Amino acid sequence: MAESDTLDDSNRRNFLIKVTSVVGGAGAAAACLPFVASMNPSSDVLAKATTEVDLSAIPEEGVHTVAWQGKPVFIFHRTQEEIKAMEASDGGFDPEPDQKRVKRPEWLVVVGICTHLGCVPNKEGPGWTCHCHGSQYDDSGRVTRGPAPKNLAVPPYRFIAADKIIIGEA
Amino acid sequence: MKNRIIKWIDQRFPLTSFVKHDLTGYPTPRNLSYWWNFGFLAGFVLMLQVATGIFLAMHYKADVTLSFDSIQHIMRDVNYGWLLRFMHATGASAFFLVIYIHMARTLYYGSYRAPRELMWWTGQGLLLMLMATAFMGYLLPWGQMSFWGATVITNLFRATPFIGEQVVTWLRGDYAVGDATLTRFFALHYLLPFLIIGGVVVHLVALHTVKSSNPSGIDLAAKDNIPFHPYFTIKDLYGLGIFLIVYCIFVFFLPNSLIEPANNIPANPMQTPTHIVPEWYFLPFYAILRSVPNLVGGVVAMGLSVMVFSFMPYLDRSHIPGGAHYRPWYRVTFYLFVADMLVLGYVGYTPPTNQSIVMGQVATFFYFILFMLLPFISKAEERWLIRRGLPPDVEAMIAGEAKEKSKLPQRRRRGDIT
Repeated sequence: MAESDTLDDSNRRNFLIKVTSVVGGAGAAAACLPFVASMNPSSDVLAKATTEVDLSAIPEEGVHTVAWQGKPVFIFHRTQEEIKAMEASDGGFDPEPDQKRVKRPEWLVVVGICTHLGCVPNKEGPGWTCHCHGSQYDDSGRVTRGPAPKNLAVPPYRFIAADKIIIGEA
Repeated sequence: MKNRIIKWIDQRFPLTSFVKHDLTGYPTPRNLSYWWNFGFLAGFVLMLQVATGIFLAMHYKADVTLSFDSIQHIMRDVNYGWLLRFMHATGASAFFLVIYIHMARTLYYGSYRAPRELMWWTGQGLLLMLMATAFMGYLLPWGQMSFWGATVITNLFRATPFIGEQVVTWLRGDYAVGDATLTRFFALHYLLPFLIIGGVVVHLVALHTVKSSNPSGIDLAAKDNIPFHPYFTIKDLYGLGIFLIVYCIFVFFLPNSLIEPANNIPANPMQTPTHIVPEWYFLPFYAILRSVPNLVGGVVAMGLSVMVFSFMPYLDRSHIPGGAHYRPWYRVTFYLFVADMLVLGYVGYTPPTNQSIVMGQVATFFYFILFMLLPFISKAEERWLIRRGLPPDVEAMIAGEAKEKSKLPQRRRRGDIT
């Protein structure tokens, strides 16, 4: 094929332009990946993904607040009466049996962030009250008064010893 | 639909005419060589530095107790942090390499001559801002070289008459380079690139007023210009491909070759490293500073060695068209200058010995003498070339372009061209 034929072949030229644009575009998109990825949690942040808690120091009626992934987690050591009261009810706005919210009935582990707009509720009398907008939760962390739409979240956790839990791993 | 949107915009903003005037239809001399790629490459590296810099700033901490560790955090913990940092550090060297080639091309082909003086001077301003940005960015890792480089450079301002000490303290915000210095350098290192972008816009507006120079050095008539797109977009992109290959070799395989090992030691204000050198792109100017055995004299000589480029439109008094290609004496001067720069760079890199000090002083003297003799060399060369005559093909080319231009008003009246 003579050179002039190649130059005049507009199909060939269009094909080359398209292929070059696709390869160049893919390269530019790939080059953006490291920039986007750099904004994801870095490895020192990921290292904080789990928190180990020793429960032996928490007395009955005691609430310990621990940080897990930068969020407060309430660990509440419940009495037998509280457990009975909680097992008897299904909560309020977001009905859920107490048994589904605990691994062992004397230990309630919930993320201490109000499901309304993210404030930290205070332990007041039975249950918790959020002072930002007045939501109330019972001793199982279930919402009993709005505006919070959902119960306090139960984080993934498991017992790694009789009185030790790890939060962040189911 | 697309046409309607464009029409809507065009009634409010000159989009189509701007793209046509400055990109697709922008008349470009058809004989531009690859030496004309480096302006585009400089713009590309600027964008690369801004992008990597903004993402690095998301993880960097400007505080003397934290900054060194935050660099280690970027290198080890941040996703692709090592890549961003190596791109940014290599990008600084790449920026200077591209700019120095861009300047060398301007000098060789005489592109600084009328009517492009403003391009040369805005370029000089951009070079100064680039140097300031690079210098301030170098303090941020808070290593030994960072600290002592900043100490030495801020101390240069002691040469200010009467209030030297106060100026140095004011610049540092402290009696020595410290936390206040680091924080303000970070703020200014973030600010200056945006001023550079503004300067680049001015540089480009000037370019699109006077149009590109070309290797012949003769102003080409309309018939010898071709549209920027697709001819030069594709040529610039091809050059970019070559550039990126070299850049990536450094980023991925030799990233530490451009970083002084001493900068991996945290800054220690109580001890100076035994062998202190600036980054390679400052070496010739650093050698000039060291060659003058007097504080004020050295600072003035160094400042002058950078600023002397501004005088080129006046120092070159020849009216012979074309760059060094048609001007044998100027060509020799140009190559002597480049060689002298390399010698100065070598002297700046080696520790001062009796031998290297003499070498540096000779090279410094030679540097300024070349600029001082240029008006006489260029004038004598002009007389010699007029007597001897330019090569016949150049004469023919000049005559051809002049003839083409004389037909211009006629053709414009006929409506052939707009």
